[in-house]
Amino acid sequence: MRWHAVCREPEVPTEFGVAALVRGHPVALFRTGDDELFALGNVDPFSGAGVISRGIVGDRQGEPTVASPMHKQVFSLRSGQCLDDPETRLPTYPVRCRDGVVEVATG
Amino acid sequence: MNKTLVIIGHGMVGHRLIEEIRERDTAENWRIVVLGEEAHPAYDRVALSSYMAETTAEGLSLLTPETRRDRRVELLTGVGATAIDRTERRVSITTGDSLHYDALVLATGSRPFVPPVPGADLPGCHVYRTLEDLDGIRAAASPGTDGVVVGGGLLGLEAADALRTLGMRPHVVEVAPRLMPVQVDEGGGAVLARLVGDLGIEVHTGVATASVHAGEHGGVGSVELTDGTEIDTGLLVFSAGIRPRDELADSSGLPRGERGGFLVDGGCRTEDPHVWAIGECAAVRGQCHGLVAPGYRMATAVAEQLTGGGTAEFEGADGATKLKLVGVDVASFGDAHGTSEGALEVVYANNAQGTYAKLVLDDDATTLLGGVLVGDAGAYDVLRPLTGGPLPGPPEQLLLPASQSGGPTAGALPDEATVCSCHNVRKTDITEVISSGAVEDVAGIKSCTKAGTGCGSCVPMLKNLLDEAGVATSDALCEHFPQSRSELFEIVRATGITTFSRLIAEYGTGRGCDICKPAVASILAGSTTSHILDDEQAGLQDTNDRFLANMQRNGTYSVVPRVPGGEITPDKLITLGQVATEFGLYTKITGGQRIDMFGARVEQLPEIWRRLVEAGFESGHAYGKALRTVKSCVGTDWCRYGVQDSVTMAIRLEMRYRGLRAPHKIKAGVSGCARECAEARSKDFGVIATERGWNLYVGGNGGFSPRHAELLASDLTDEDLIRVIDRFLMFYIRTAERLQRTAGWIESFDNGLEHVREVVVEDSLGIAADLEAAMARHTENYTDEWGAVLNDPEKLSRFVSFVNAPDSPDPTIRFTEERGQIRPEPTDLPMPVPTTGRKTVTEEVSA
Ligand SMILES: Cc1cc2nc3c(=O)[nH]c(=O)nc-3n(C[C@H](O)[C@H](O)[C@H](O)COP(=O)(O)OP(=O)(O)OC[C@H]3O[C@@H](n4cnc5c(N)ncnc54)[C@H](O)[C@@H]3O)c2cc1C
Repeated sequence: MRWHAVCREPEVPTEFGVAALVRGHPVALFRTGDDELFALGNVDPFSGAGVISRGIVGDRQGEPTVASPMHKQVFSLRSGQCLDDPETRLPTYPVRCRDGVVEVATG
Repeated sequence: MNKTLVIIGHGMVGHRLIEEIRERDTAENWRIVVLGEEAHPAYDRVALSSYMAETTAEGLSLLTPETRRDRRVELLTGVGATAIDRTERRVSITTGDSLHYDALVLATGSRPFVPPVPGADLPGCHVYRTLEDLDGIRAAASPGTDGVVVGGGLLGLEAADALRTLGMRPHVVEVAPRLMPVQVDEGGGAVLARLVGDLGIEVHTGVATASVHAGEHGGVGSVELTDGTEIDTGLLVFSAGIRPRDELADSSGLPRGERGGFLVDGGCRTEDPHVWAIGECAAVRGQCHGLVAPGYRMATAVAEQLTGGGTAEFEGADGATKLKLVGVDVASFGDAHGTSEGALEVVYANNAQGTYAKLVLDDDATTLLGGVLVGDAGAYDVLRPLTGGPLPGPPEQLLLPASQSGGPTAGALPDEATVCSCHNVRKTDITEVISSGAVEDVAGIKSCTKAGTGCGSCVPMLKNLLDEAGVATSDALCEHFPQSRSELFEIVRATGITTFSRLIAEYGTGRGCDICKPAVASILAGSTTSHILDDEQAGLQDTNDRFLANMQRNGTYSVVPRVPGGEITPDKLITLGQVATEFGLYTKITGGQRIDMFGARVEQLPEIWRRLVEAGFESGHAYGKALRTVKSCVGTDWCRYGVQDSVTMAIRLEMRYRGLRAPHKIKAGVSGCARECAEARSKDFGVIATERGWNLYVGGNGGFSPRHAELLASDLTDEDLIRVIDRFLMFYIRTAERLQRTAGWIESFDNGLEHVREVVVEDSLGIAADLEAAMARHTENYTDEWGAVLNDPEKLSRFVSFVNAPDSPDPTIRFTEERGQIRPEPTDLPMPVPTTGRKTVTEEVSA
């Protein structure tokens, strides 16, 4: 597993997402209101479009989520699991913040 | 096959037959020719009286644009049938021509009966049946003088009320000892006379009209009654019953019923297998029916025979009726007079409250046979469908005014009971759609079953059925807010809260979701003046609002600058062409008279908009739940037919309401004449020019369930028009639910459009000034959203493909070419529609 520096922490807005390119992989980065960071695949599995980072962040029964802006399916930010379709899941990536820099790991 | 059906009479029932056949005749076997003698095509005669006060002839019309356009239907308006030749199967018409038929349906209705009183033919004597009759009465009315209505039945009382509307002092003369003698018994009649008297109508019962005397000008001068009373009046309206219009029986040799009307069997067929009769002119098994509901059922029976060849029968009708006078509740149903053998009566009268109610039961008091309700007809909707069935409870309880007993409830109804008699919808039809989960409110029932969309009297019953089905018509916005959108709007207004985080902390739970965040963003947009992408607000917006563009299937966006009223200079057109060429965009003309440019990547949006803003364009809000366009025709500027300057008005309206955030998108149109080229009646608000000003229609939309806008106010000046639209839109924004368009919002009120009219035209809630002020704030504070973004580096910084590679295009975006333009490369993904187990509301996507 290798960590890649992606951006400075303030570049990931709170309760909001941003897309990044990590070794050619489109990744969606999110930061929730309690400053937790999440990294998931940016490609919406239902439409094939790279749009997950532009979804609305929220929660379902406490589970932090993002809703795909394409057709509104909701995904868990923690596991990438689609909460509206048990068969579908987004890839997730380890993410951390070191010295104000956001880093994402790929396998 | 191409057979010709000729319908004689384009009234309510003839028109229903057209619709029923066109709905069933999918193979298009029939071509329909309709002869209508009146100057207007079919209109809602039942609502005729409203023509005196508020409605226009157009507002009463039953004709939909679909029927008007339908190639299979030929309307001959203003053309009468004069004779029928059954051997040749031809109808002679007033133009001198004749028409061949394969099937002929007589739907000629009735004529008012004028009793043979001396002087009844003097000028100043009127009848009350057609729009033309009402025009005549209106022209003859002189406010402050007496007017006399002969006949105290259902129609006579409506006519008297119409005279009152015209400022006259009405008298009603009724031969029988009480008003509405057919529907009401003696006890009910006494209460009714008091209620009618309270309206300022003078009642003369038990007397007849002896003669009508001419006055100085040769017209009516006075009326003399059989008890010697003489009333000075210049205006007399006969409303003393109706007679079937069966005069075509003579030339055709078709048999008549004993009391007139074309004699037909249970299937409404005359002795001639090619000829039917329906509506008031038909004597079905010898009996005529003077109400519209039985006529509609006859139309259905004949439509079934003509399209399916079966032997559908008209099953008879009970003559249940309700008086439509404001403030005077009267209803009667079934065996109202207790004429069945051994019938028992249970009466509840309260003189203090002015109510009278009677139930007629069979001899062992277990079956409901009929009833009369005066003063409070609240129980009518439940009792009428129970007629002929077992009593659901002790009769006294059914009769107590609804407010005291909790009233009879819909659960008491048998499944087969008809709840909506206008559209013949049974209780089971409604409970089925409720239990299927397809609907969750009254508006849903209306659009699924048509119930409640006629006279509207069954709407309380529909609510009742929802309640009983345990459909907790929860208004909660989502799991984070127990309030509805309109409640949240009020909270925001009252508390002055300006952020989502404070609102959810104080009034909700959790951190929000894709339902409540954009809904609250829209509410905040309406109550603050900040930019929709300021600070925390940005994260609340749906992607379209967040990037001020419409996301397309491959994650790219479309760009739609505003083109107010659809008017654009050649130079601006050239700019659009240049921008599209430069950025390689696909272009298409929208239905809202502007130009849509597709295929822009998120990082291209600011550069595209910089070019557009420099050329004088601004955001068109195609991405927002906001005002989209005000479409227009060219109006008096260019058009030979225009009567008002529709382009100037459309531009004025679009500039006034641009940027207005709402529960759903808002579309509008302005047409310069009644030809309606701007299709304004398919818009949330549509303005149609008249000779005297503008008519305003509201509640139209295309999309998933298309609706036609209905008339809200007529002949408005420019300023009044804008005032009423200001109020209408603000009232909508404050009180509608999330993703509810104006049509559904209007339907959500008990009185539908009537309620909206009371609030926005008559200011019944006293909030009009407040609504106008809110709109004034909106227009003063408007700024172009794109212009603002271009001047704000912080907002601009979000328009990047990747935070760490801002200029690399997203590799998932790929195009191919078709007809000389780009299009997204097809994927093999099925693009499913989500089933999220939540309230899903169909989103429409047109710009
Ligand atoms: C003021 C008023 C209030 C009413 N209120 C109610 C109510 O509350 N509830 C209710 O159920 N009913 C009510 N009615 C009655 C209802 O309007 C009629 O039952 C209904 O209109 C009957 O429809 P129809 O098509 O049979 O006749 P109509 O609607 O009268 O249509 C017949 C048409 O045929 C045309 N015609 C006749 N002869 C010819 C010919 N030879 N050639 C061409 N055209 C011809 C006539 O001009 C007419 O336009 C009311 C009526 C009035 C006037």
